[in-house]
Order: sequence, then C-alpha cells, then structure tokens
Amino acid sequence: MAPEQVRSRKYTVDKKKHEAKEKAGSRDLHSKAPFSVKIPAAYLFLAPAMLAIAVFFFIPVAAAFIISFTDFDIYALSSFSNLRFIALKNYLRIFNDPLFYRALKNTFYFVIGAGPLSIAVSLGAAMLLNSPMVRLKGLFRLFYFIPVVTTLVAVAVVWRFIYHPRFGILNYLLGFLSVNPIDWLGDPDWAMPAIILMAVWKNFGYNMIIFIAGLQNIPEYLYEAAVLEGAGWWHRFKSITLPMLAPTTIFVGIITMIGYFQLFAEPYVMTQGGPLNRTLSIVQYMYEEGFRWWNMGYSAALAFVLFFIIFAAALLQLRFQKDVE
Amino acid sequence: MPAKKTILHLFLVITSLLTVMPFIWMISASLMADGHASVYPPRFIPDTFTTVQYESLFSRLSVAQNLFNSIFVSLLVTGVSLIFNSMAGYAFAKYRFRGKNKLFNLLLSSMIIPSQVTMLPLFLMLKYMGLINTYMAILIPGMANIFGIFLIRQYALSIPDSLIESARIDGAGDFQIYSRIILPLAKPVLVTLTIFTFMGTWNDFLWPLIALTDSSMYTLPVALSSLMREHSKDPELMMAGSVITIIPVLAVFLALQKHYIKGIMSGSIKG
Amino acid sequence: MKFTVKILLICLSFLSMSCRQQAERKVTITFWAMGAEGETVQKLVPAFENLNPGIHVKIQMIPWTTAQEKLITAYASGNTPDGCQLGNTWVPQFEALNSLENLDKWIKSSNVIQKDKYFPGIWDTNVLRGSTFGIPWYIDTRLLFYRTDILALAGYKNPPKTWAELYDVSKKIKALAGESGRFAIYLPTSNEWAPFIIFGLQNGSDILKDNGRYGDFSNIKFREAFEYLIKFHKEGLSPVGISQVTNVYQAFRDGYFAMYISGPWNIREFEKWMTGPLKDKWMTAALPSPTGNKPGLSLAGGSSLVIFKESPHKKEVWKFFEYLSSTQVQLRFYKEINDLPALKEAWHDSSITGNKYMKAFFIQFQNVVATPKVPEWEEIVFSKVQQYAELAARNVMPESQALKALDHDVDNILEKRRWLLSR
Repeated sequence: MAPEQVRSRKYTVDKKKHEAKEKAGSRDLHSKAPFSVKIPAAYLFLAPAMLAIAVFFFIPVAAAFIISFTDFDIYALSSFSNLRFIALKNYLRIFNDPLFYRALKNTFYFVIGAGPLSIAVSLGAAMLLNSPMVRLKGLFRLFYFIPVVTTLVAVAVVWRFIYHPRFGILNYLLGFLSVNPIDWLGDPDWAMPAIILMAVWKNFGYNMIIFIAGLQNIPEYLYEAAVLEGAGWWHRFKSITLPMLAPTTIFVGIITMIGYFQLFAEPYVMTQGGPLNRTLSIVQYMYEEGFRWWNMGYSAALAFVLFFIIFAAALLQLRFQKDVE
Repeated sequence: MPAKKTILHLFLVITSLLTVMPFIWMISASLMADGHASVYPPRFIPDTFTTVQYESLFSRLSVAQNLFNSIFVSLLVTGVSLIFNSMAGYAFAKYRFRGKNKLFNLLLSSMIIPSQVTMLPLFLMLKYMGLINTYMAILIPGMANIFGIFLIRQYALSIPDSLIESARIDGAGDFQIYSRIILPLAKPVLVTLTIFTFMGTWNDFLWPLIALTDSSMYTLPVALSSLMREHSKDPELMMAGSVITIIPVLAVFLALQKHYIKGIMSGSIKG
Repeated sequence: MKFTVKILLICLSFLSMSCRQQAERKVTITFWAMGAEGETVQKLVPAFENLNPGIHVKIQMIPWTTAQEKLITAYASGNTPDGCQLGNTWVPQFEALNSLENLDKWIKSSNVIQKDKYFPGIWDTNVLRGSTFGIPWYIDTRLLFYRTDILALAGYKNPPKTWAELYDVSKKIKALAGESGRFAIYLPTSNEWAPFIIFGLQNGSDILKDNGRYGDFSNIKFREAFEYLIKFHKEGLSPVGISQVTNVYQAFRDGYFAMYISGPWNIREFEKWMTGPLKDKWMTAALPSPTGNKPGLSLAGGSSLVIFKESPHKKEVWKFFEYLSSTQVQLRFYKEINDLPALKEAWHDSSITGNKYMKAFFIQFQNVVATPKVPEWEEIVFSKVQQYAELAARNVMPESQALKALDHDVDNILEKRRWLLSR
C-alpha cells in the first residue's frame, strides 16, 4: 500500500505546478527546430517504461472494459465459440446481486470505520512523538512503525490467533477486565471490527510519519504567541495544529481511503470473507468470481464498479480540499 | 512537570509494547511444540524451546524454495524497475519533446485506476504468452511504475541544467550524462525507491496469488496463506512461517530505515 | 590382438551409444497429487522407476484446499501436468473444458485396469455420456464418528440409526453437557457442504433438476433434510461457525462435541489424539437414514486418476496408473495414510478386515451415490450451499427463504450450461 499512498499524493500536489510548466515547455518547443538531436534520445529513455506501461497497463484496462460486456468464463477459456457479448447484463446483475451489496456495505464499513480511526491514531501518535518532552523519539517511532513494513499475510496469521475465542491473548487480557470471551472472527458482528482493529494497528505508523513531517513544518512562533495569549492545549490544537495540518490531513485521508477500498488480504487470510459474508470485500468478491469460479466477465464488471467508487470518492475529497483552501 | 513526563513516557512504553506484542507472541509461539500454543491461559514463553516447527518448514514443506523465490523476484523487480523508471523520469525532467506534458498528465491521472482492474486481462495476456507461473509473470507488471517515474522526475528537476550542459560541452553523450551525472546525483531518491519497490514486491499478495500456480514458484506470502489453509490446526507451524516471512523485510527496513522514513516525509511535505 | 581390441572398442562405442540413446529416450512425466497422497506417492516412485527405467516421474504436491483453483489456473494458463489426481466430483468440470483424455481405449487394451474390479458406484462417478475419463484411485465416503463413552452416558449403547435417534441422542448429550458449553455434534456450515447434500440425497432429493439445468433445493425433499439439519444449529446442539474449533481432533478428544460426520482421512488423526483412557472411546458407524430400514446414503467420494489431453506422454502416464492400480500398491496407500483402496479385491486383505473402524466404511460403501455431474458443482456447493446453510443456521433467513434464494443463485450459475445445452 505504501507506494500508492505517496503516488497519489504527489499527483494532487504537483498538478498545478505542472500546468505552469507546461506553458513554458511548449513555448520552448516551438522556438527550437523540429528535428533537434535531443528528441530521439528522450524517446529512447522513455521507450522501455512507456512500452511496458502501455502494453501491460493501458491495454489490459481497455481489455477489462471490453470483457466486462461479455460472459467470459471457464467455457470461453476452452473455446471462444462459447463467448457471448451480453452488453450491460453483468452490470445489471451486479446491481441486483445481494452479495455485491453485502460486499459494498462491508467495504464501506471498513473504509469508514478504519479510515478516520487510523488517521486519528496516527495524528495522536505523531503529536506525542513531536512533544519536546519526549526522549528516545527514534526508538518509539521505530516501534510504532514496525507493523507498517511487515508482510500483511504474516501478521494476519498471528492476529487470527490473537483473536482466537478460547486460546487467544486478546480475550485473555480482556478477561482481567471481566469481559466475557468474544468470538472475534466467528461472530458476524465482531468480525469486521476485529479486522478494522488489526488494520489500524498495521497502518497507523505510515500516516504518523507524514503527520510528524507536517507538524515539524508548523512554525513554533505560532504556538508561542498563543501561549502568550493564554490559550490552553485544546485551543492551540483546534486553532493552530488542525488548520495548519489541513492539507496533510486531506492528503492522508485520500491515500488511506484509496488503499482501504482495496481491502483484500486481511479477510482472505483471516476469515475468508465470513462469517455470514460479513467481511467479504469487493476485491475479494472480485477475486472469487474471477479467479476461483472463472466468471471473468462478471469479475471485470465488478472491478470497474470498484474503480468508479474510488474515483467518485477521490473527487469528493478533492472538492472538499478546494472548499478548505 | 516531571510527573507528567513520567506518565507520558509510561504511556509510550505501554503502547509500544502493545504494538510489538504480536511479534513477540509470533516468535515465542513459533518456538513451541505442536499444540502448546492452544492452551488457556495463553503462554508467552515456551515451556521448552524447540526448533521443530522451523525444521518441518524447511524439510517437509520446502520453504527454502519460497524464500528464494521471494528474494529473487523482489531483487529482479527492483533492479529492472529502477533502470526503467530512472530513464523515463530523467527524460521527463530534462528533455523537451512533443506531447511531453500530455503524456505526463495521462500517466498521473491513470494512477487512480486500481490495479485490480488490469488483473484479469493481464492474466489472460500472460497465459497466451505462456508466462503464467514464471518469474516473468511477477516482473512484467512491476517493470515500470508511474510513481517511481514521478519520484525520479521530481528529484531530477532539482539537478541544475548547467551540470548537464557542461558535460555536453565536454563531449558526453546522452547516455553518458544519464549514467555518469544523473544517476550518481539522484542516489538518495534511488535508494528510497529501492526500498519501496523491494518491500512492495516482497509484501505483495494478490497478484502472486493469481499468477503463480505452482507451490514451488510461490513467494513467501502466498506460500504462507496456502499453509494457513492446509495446516490451520497447527498454529505453531504457521507462526514459524510468519517469522521467516517477516525477518528479511524487517532486516532491510532496519538497515535502511532512515532513507525509508525520509522517503515518506519528503514525499509528503512538498512535491 | 590389435584387431580384437578394435572390435572391442567398436562394441564398447556401440554400447555407450545405445546407453546414451536410452538416456535420451528417458521420458519425464509430471503428476500432480494433493496433500498426503502427494507425500506418499513420492515414496512409491523409485520402485516404479526401477520397473520402468525409461520413465521418470516428477511429483508435484498441491494443497487440497486450493487444488481445484490451482488446477483450473493451470488449465487456463496451459500448464496442465501429464497426469493428475482429481477429486471425482471435479471430473465433469475438467471434461467440460475438454481437457481430459477419454480413457475407453486405454482401458480396453489394459489387463490391469478393468471396470469390474471396482465398486460400481465409484466407477460411475468417472463416466460421462458413456465414456470413462478417470480411474478410481482411492475411495472415500462420509459417515459418523462418535464418542462411545459420551453416547453411553446419554443412554445410547448403539449409534443412532434414524434421523429421529440422531436428534434424540443430540438432545440428551446437550442436556448432559449443561452449562459446560459443549455440543453434541459438529456440523460446520461455512466450510462443509457435504452433510447438507448427503441428507438431501438420503431424503430422495435430486439436488438439481432437468439434467442439471436448474436447482431443485426448494423441493420438499431437500427442504425437509435442510430443516432437519438446521434444527441442530438453532437448538444449540451444534456449534455455529468454525472459529471455536481450531483443531477438530483436539476438540473431539476434549469432548467439545461427541459426533462428527466426516471421512476416512480422519481415522489416523483420531487414533493419534485419542490415547490413554480415551483409546477405545470412539467408533465409526454408517450414517443414519430417515426411516432406519437400511443405512443412510452417503457420497461416492474419492480421487480419480486422469490424463490430460495435452500430455505428450500418455502411454507412460498410463503405465504409472497401472502401477498405482495394483492391489499391493493400493494396500500400501491404505497402510501409509488410510486411503481406502478402490479395488474390491484389496478389501479382503487382513489389514483392512482387521481394523474395527473399517467395518462401517465397508457397509457405507454399499450405499453411496454420486453428486450431480455438472461442471458448476464446486461453485454451487462451495459458494452457494454453504452460504445459505450458514444464513439459515444463524437464523438470519428462514429455511424456505434461504432455499428459494439458493435456487435463484444456482439457476444463475447454470444459465450458461442451459445455453450450451440448447445449442
């Protein structure tokens, strides 16, 4: 998830800057002779990456779009004569498919549950570690960060056992608070919160680092002035920290959301989507339909629905960003 | 004030412990004999230490092959993508050519497309090319990466044109400028990108799960999830598998953590 | 002298040439096997290679849980092995993909593999439209594993013979368990479809109708069976969900449940876990039936040996199959991992007749039937039957509504099949 996170942030920040450059660049181009020696070299440098992206990214995107209008399945794999063009039927089926709505609901539950929570935890951790009182900052930062770099499948294996209703540590620890054992992954109402808890633990360190960077960019004199005016901690947080961090927060919000919409490995490893399909995510549903049952047409349509959801959500957040600015 | 400070540090210590507790439990359970982790109350320290889980991973379940696959594939993808991305990033930063900005914007805006969209056709393409279940199947979608191109372009923009021009006056060719001037100067961003790519490939799950069909080709996460389904009654064995999966990536991170964290930070503040 | 040396040299070179030729002619075949079979068949390869020096067998082991997925991926990507072990319910799917070799002519010319040596119900699972596509390798079916001590406490000296008895004994065991949180029977919904299909078949349901064109789950025959099983969950006789039970054998040992419907692959494990005072406290029994006048039906399960069409070495694979189909080798499998031999002859061996747990299996094998032979079978049971069984068991959906929805989903899955059949 990490590279995508930075990826999309760059995109949003850079766009304006880039548009300014574009004008300058095109002017330069016109002033030069059309057959400058520099042109072939540039194309040579670009060719490998652009070719790879065109052939193995753009063509598949187009192909997926076409496949989503067919009933490409296991029979079609064996012979193309078994392939039918079915126009919008896959999409119509999706919108009448209770399991899709289940997966959609679960995914939103996860995004809305884990997103703000993990951002809040990240911000809290960042502010703690940014406090001048704290010693050994590097060490604590390292501890908080370790879950980020570890392999998700591996930690999911461990968490599955932490959540074990009879032998898991979590219920054991909760036992001291006289909480009755909870069947975390086996109870339809607890399974998603359990996955959310794990996801927050796994991811908060990444955003924490970004927040630390953001906090360090807030000029100290603002706080000093506020202290002189007698503003309390909460007031300083509300009127200085939060507004100054707003661009960072929105950026973090977008990348976190995009990543969380693609929930897959956690439920795949920990619950296989159960119980009662209450942890089935859209990507997992897509995977099952496409690569387990080979209903590839339907699966491709699901992928596009996911794409549009992410697209819409990102647009919404960008609109929000504009309002803030 | 000192009391406040103590409480603050106490809080940090406790939360840090909670954060790393799953790893401690993982390591400890991996050193237990069969069935010893499934007890109440949970044991944090094995009665008797045993490496029997690791032995059976390596002897019976041939995890060494998966470890090799993970290392090989991660290095391969990192190496190839570093070359491709740095070349393209350099071209976008320092050359003028027709359609450059349109192309760049197209690339940037396509980053919103989730990779899941491409998976089905990519699978079919690779199938017809006979590349499913080969290392190539993992390399191909990772060869070039828009984020990497972007990162390098941003960095290369900060390299002064005068350096390039003086090299050109000295008679250096385009490729020499790239390899002798740009690459050494861009070393910090290349290191950052190396870690990102290596870890990203190592931890990747969905695509290897789809593209590798043979257990001898599995990367560690895929092997682990398959182990999980087959041996879910042996938690100790799975813990050992988790430890093996995590250790290499953790080692890379600990060795290069400054660059990694700097990478995240520099990306966040201003592009 | 010189002349003889020359002749010798020539002879030698001929010899070495023929040696090299033989080495070149050595054929490597790949064979995929699942789980424990993979490990065991590996051990049998050297003996086979000694008998057939021209053939080298490469065994690839795949885990059971992902086997079907992986095989289809292999098919989709053109990476199928030469030969393979295939769960016999999967044969229709791979046949529909046109990927399996029709074995009729191979069987006709073989004096090792002959139809009448096998249990007819099992052989039949490999026959599609009159042609045979797989050879039974080992067979299995599901029956009742139970704790004799717990059933005795509940007043049952003998295992339940009818549905009514099964329900009654479960009630009594649950009553004995009281507040301990223990259960009578383990009938997991979210990862096991078999009990639902078995009880449906017992009650006379065809599961699908119209030559596999539509689901037939709403039919009264299936509904009765379904409601009967769901009752065990609703009344707390069986744990709902699977997360409580990490290890079935451990749970069985601890008396967490007293009965379990499963197959022969468990015997070894139960023997391993039920030790000390518990050693003789468990038994196997043929499944109860709705009325009890004869044992209830169960599934004709097991694995078949198949040859993939793409294979360039069919002859060699067939040789390997003939080797695996000898009584001795079959018995060896039984001794190693309790795989029950498909050859009837092997069942007269003392190693089987002397095992008290096998008696029930022998009885049960007289009463087995195949599941509907449609390629979509796996998708139907794994993604749909389990899903709706769970919904009903957890009381989210009334049974009749769940079955209606099940029929609807299954009809959707079978839409392509209907279209293909109508062409």
